[in-house]
Amino acid sequence: MRAQDKVMPRFKVEIDYDECNSCGRCAVNCTFGVIEFDREQDKPIIVDTGKCVACQRCAVFCPTNAISIKEYPVTYAPHGNWTPWHRRGVYEQARTGAVLLAGMGNDRNYPVVFDSLVWDACQVTNPAIDALREPVETRTFLGRKPKKLGIREINGKFELEDIYPNVMLSTPLIIDHMSLGSISYNAYTAMLRAVSEVGTLFGTGEGGLHPDHYPFRKNIISEVASGRFGVSPDYLDAAALEIKIGQGAKPGHGGQLPGEKVTQLISDTRGIPLGTDALSPNPQHDIYSIEDLKTLIAALHEATEYRVPVGVKIAAVNNVAPIASGIVRADADFITIDGFRGGTGAAPRVIRDNAGIPVELAVASVDQHLTNEGIRHKVTLVAGGSLRSSSDLIKILALGADVGMVGTAALIAMGCRVCQQCTTGKCAWGIATGDPILGKRIDLEWATRRLINLFCSWTADLDEVLGTMGIDAVESFVGNRDRLRYIGSNPEEAKILGVKHAGSRIGIGGE
Amino acid sequence: MTKVKKITIDAEPKGKKLYHRELNKKIRRAIRNGYNWIILKNIKGQRFIGAGIKEKVTIEVFGDAGLDLGVFSEGITIIVHGCSEYLLGNTLNAGELIVYGDSWDITGMGARGGKILVMGNGGSRIGIHMKEFRDKKPIIVYGGKVKQYCGEYMAGGMIIVLGLDFSQAIKDKKKPITRENIDPKKVKNYKGEIVQSDLAGGIHGGTVYIRGDVPDHNLGVYAVKDEFTDEDTEILTPALKRFSELFNIPLDLIWKKKFTKIRPVSSRPFGKVYTYTPI
Repeated sequence: MRAQDKVMPRFKVEIDYDECNSCGRCAVNCTFGVIEFDREQDKPIIVDTGKCVACQRCAVFCPTNAISIKEYPVTYAPHGNWTPWHRRGVYEQARTGAVLLAGMGNDRNYPVVFDSLVWDACQVTNPAIDALREPVETRTFLGRKPKKLGIREINGKFELEDIYPNVMLSTPLIIDHMSLGSISYNAYTAMLRAVSEVGTLFGTGEGGLHPDHYPFRKNIISEVASGRFGVSPDYLDAAALEIKIGQGAKPGHGGQLPGEKVTQLISDTRGIPLGTDALSPNPQHDIYSIEDLKTLIAALHEATEYRVPVGVKIAAVNNVAPIASGIVRADADFITIDGFRGGTGAAPRVIRDNAGIPVELAVASVDQHLTNEGIRHKVTLVAGGSLRSSSDLIKILALGADVGMVGTAALIAMGCRVCQQCTTGKCAWGIATGDPILGKRIDLEWATRRLINLFCSWTADLDEVLGTMGIDAVESFVGNRDRLRYIGSNPEEAKILGVKHAGSRIGIGGE
Repeated sequence: MTKVKKITIDAEPKGKKLYHRELNKKIRRAIRNGYNWIILKNIKGQRFIGAGIKEKVTIEVFGDAGLDLGVFSEGITIIVHGCSEYLLGNTLNAGELIVYGDSWDITGMGARGGKILVMGNGGSRIGIHMKEFRDKKPIIVYGGKVKQYCGEYMAGGMIIVLGLDFSQAIKDKKKPITRENIDPKKVKNYKGEIVQSDLAGGIHGGTVYIRGDVPDHNLGVYAVKDEFTDEDTEILTPALKRFSELFNIPLDLIWKKKFTKIRPVSSRPFGKVYTYTPI
């Protein structure tokens, strides 16, 4: 590497030796090779600040708060167009000639549609429900619903007609797919424990299912993706199955788990040799059309004896509404829509940052389209792709999703600092790593508790909000766009969302 | 060895064709009742036969099977006296699928184990994205010829294409094709290319063996030809022996022509496409 190849560091790590007690804990915790500890030295903490990614691990674990991390004080000559972000990208690509990989979700500064929405509340004419004392139903069901409830009589006994398999969720929130390999064993297990405690679901990702996790199968959505890793009859025996067509962070892109991350544990779980690249092709090579998709859905139904709902996950793209319509007609029981801000273990940065559309717009248009076509009741709509708070969850439900899903929020609950280094597998917090020693940094009990707390608090938020709207069940709230108002500045956006502008009232005759 | 307990299921009782859902229900019921050899009569393209079954039973199909035969199964044996449609052995985990006829596109997609032996020809994308793991090594043998993208994205296992023409070798065409119905003397070699373009494109594990020459322009990206050694003969022998037993063709006849071995350039062909440097 020549001197010219050097790119100035992004962060500066400073040690305040007035506070530092030379315990060396920072060096033990740093996984990016920034901090080393040499007791012999006068200033025992040796910092290679160029490698710092601001994950805060050292600073959080410093008992005396002696570490500060700042933006590196070298100014890029100001230029409104050539931001440092662009310049750094060019430096790196000119050096390597490769595609830049990135983790987490889209970090570009696009306007967030959620932030232009507010909701309605009861005043005088329609009384609010006191959610603390009166019940608000947050249970919801994942799966196909019949058009009407038919009852037939057989030998004097009554039974329901046409009941499709459904999974009960205690709250309209699930944890989205993350595979073992992209996240550590402990993080994975903690999420499974949390969802089984709460009574909701977690997706396996496409990395197969480790035998240790079979006991949680009632709370697992098994994913069938283009790589078909670990797909066996045992794996299919889950609460629900999901065919992954696309992921919000990388629509149209498959995935590559690089060979270095295929450790013994990953090799066992996925059923692939140690150290080889685990490639997931971009398309599923048995699905080139809606008809092919229908075949795979039917095959999964058949292989599981029609016991579990089978869904399809797609990324939010412009044509999402007609695609979703096709998926319903292909007999999917639920559709998962992943917005362009959704997270990933690794994706080409150019795709992560530019492909797809916001999930808010996608859900609104899918819900409207399916309703217009009279097939909305057939599917459960699951949506995610960056729900950052309970308010995002509530807004996405009002826009038409039956169930929200989180990925990154669950990781943040377990300590993730959003430093976007998931790609490297060096996660200092023991989350996005395949390294078994780093993975132990997640304490199972602690992480499980944190996740349960997150679920409980978002559910409580939902309870409170539904109460203030005078709605007593979340299923009555889904798709209730009349309770939302738009306060942004783009009438076209409001039109796609199907939401009136703030200040406009419900017209006479519900117009 | 467990005792063979046979049952026959008519897929067209009273002249009315059974839909795949009822048919599979009957198969599962038979398995639960302890039958381990299930004969299916009058099959006319029913899909998903034997889907997701992990019991070690044998299903013998008379007629032409439909899409996704043996999909997701683990340990089942299926013998088809006729043809099979697309997606034979899709995501197969273990077992043996035998077809006395043709089997078209995407055979053995994503398979992680088991054997698929087809007497006739195949379409495109045969053995796409097959894998192997420890003792599990999927094997696909085609007696005839196949089309484009054979072994694409292959991550393990073995595909063998023999280029044998059985079309004149069926003694009585009115009867279902069985071992006895094949006249080995009338089996010929196909002339010309028995595989088409993009053979093993993006392969990063496993091997493809083609009986006869493969022109370079048919090789896909990251696939290279390799020398066929004695070791390869040893690896091939069990699979070919099984093929010769099933389809009544002498092993010597298969060995008469030389094999071309195709392997990946490396186990990590895409390793240098990406950069992981945090920026």
